[in-house]
Amino acid sequence: MAKSQVTMTINGRSVDALVEPRMLLVHFLREQQNLTGTHIGCETTHCGACTVDIDGRSVKSCTIFAVQADGASITTIEGMAKPDGTLHALQEAFREKHGLQCGFCTPGMIMRAHRLLQENTNPTDEEIRWGISGNICRCTGYQNIVKAIRYAADKLGGRLTKEAAE
Amino acid sequence: MIPGSFAYHRPKSAQEAVNLLAQLGDEARPLAGGHSLIPMMKLRLAKPAHLIDLGRIGDLKFIKEEAGAIVIGAMTTQHEMIASERLTKALPILREAALLIADPQVRYQGTIGGNVANGDPGNDMPALMQCLDATYHLLGKGGERKVKARDFYQGAYFTSLEPGELLTAVRIPVPASGHGYAYEKLKRKVGDYATAAAAVVLTMQGGTCKSAAIGLTNLSETPLFAADAAAALVGSDLGKAALDKAAAAAEAQVAPASDGRGPAEYRRRMAGVMLRRAVERAKSRAS
Repeated sequence: MAKSQVTMTINGRSVDALVEPRMLLVHFLREQQNLTGTHIGCETTHCGACTVDIDGRSVKSCTIFAVQADGASITTIEGMAKPDGTLHALQEAFREKHGLQCGFCTPGMIMRAHRLLQENTNPTDEEIRWGISGNICRCTGYQNIVKAIRYAADKLGGRLTKEAAE
Repeated sequence: MIPGSFAYHRPKSAQEAVNLLAQLGDEARPLAGGHSLIPMMKLRLAKPAHLIDLGRIGDLKFIKEEAGAIVIGAMTTQHEMIASERLTKALPILREAALLIADPQVRYQGTIGGNVANGDPGNDMPALMQCLDATYHLLGKGGERKVKARDFYQGAYFTSLEPGELLTAVRIPVPASGHGYAYEKLKRKVGDYATAAAAVVLTMQGGTCKSAAIGLTNLSETPLFAADAAAALVGSDLGKAALDKAAAAAEAQVAPASDGRGPAEYRRRMAGVMLRRAVERAKSRAS
């Protein structure tokens, strides 16, 4: 079928491309834009490893077509750290709190947590768990993921005490 | 898998979408949130030759109050409904049910129109709409018509939608103030479709149930409006005798599939359990 023109902003950069309508956004990001931090972990829209942020929404990029994102502003995991390499509070938190083992779910977790903390700047642990219920982790049992998100929330909210930082 | 090829259309109005559907016939499918359709396309269980993306039709996204009813545009997402304080004030059961659908990401994309129009027996909104006596606004080549949710579902993925018709809005009469409500959903894990679920809206007067409406989810090929079970509650004190009668009526009405969520017999019993829990909770909320 004829290709479609799409224009979108990805991590602050304007992108113009020609895509088949059937190309999923996750394939567009990974294969056409070489942004391979967004992962494909299932075939069934369950795992959330493909989660990105589109126009203020957490979206599973495996379940939308790139053409649907025409005109949108997208943030992927590659867009979280500052240009000088300074880690986003969430990235620092996942390191500090050992919120990953294999790391496969981690970009999706961080992108979802990023939006979660915009929705709710000071979530309880239970709210965090509900908030990431669209993201599956096979390694960690979620304990340290929740701690990492809590740490990031506290850091971003200026609530980080010396104790929490250890 | 990768979906099959299709031609992509992006109409700017509901009328334009309807014209396209009429022109392209049954090889065309509307695309709302896409979180039922695209997973099917990835499995190649759905292979539409044309997709009509409704995502740019701003006129289909709204929440309005009109003379005793709430009208919700078909492209309103679960997230937008959950976030609407005004909606939650008039129809608290809607947020309760929406929060039990899938997960945050799916709720950012999934629409009420897609959830009610698809005819998927697993979706949560259809039985809730039947419970609330909602009316669906349909737009086709011949103009607009309205069909009650209680009349809309004929079988699995088989609804009253005529070829070329689009569901544009859902109209829900506002329940009486002081109504009790609950959506009880049994599931294997957070975000799963229902093993069994019951939506209950009722009103009480001096300790007696004055009115009741019940919708049952994923217990048959279609959502079920449980009129007999509700009748067993009306005029009662919602005590054990009434609950037993209502649960028995519900269990007699359902025809659940045996699948990964459990054998039919188990799901049948769980229909009764979810109904009991929903009635108890609705009763506690009624004033």
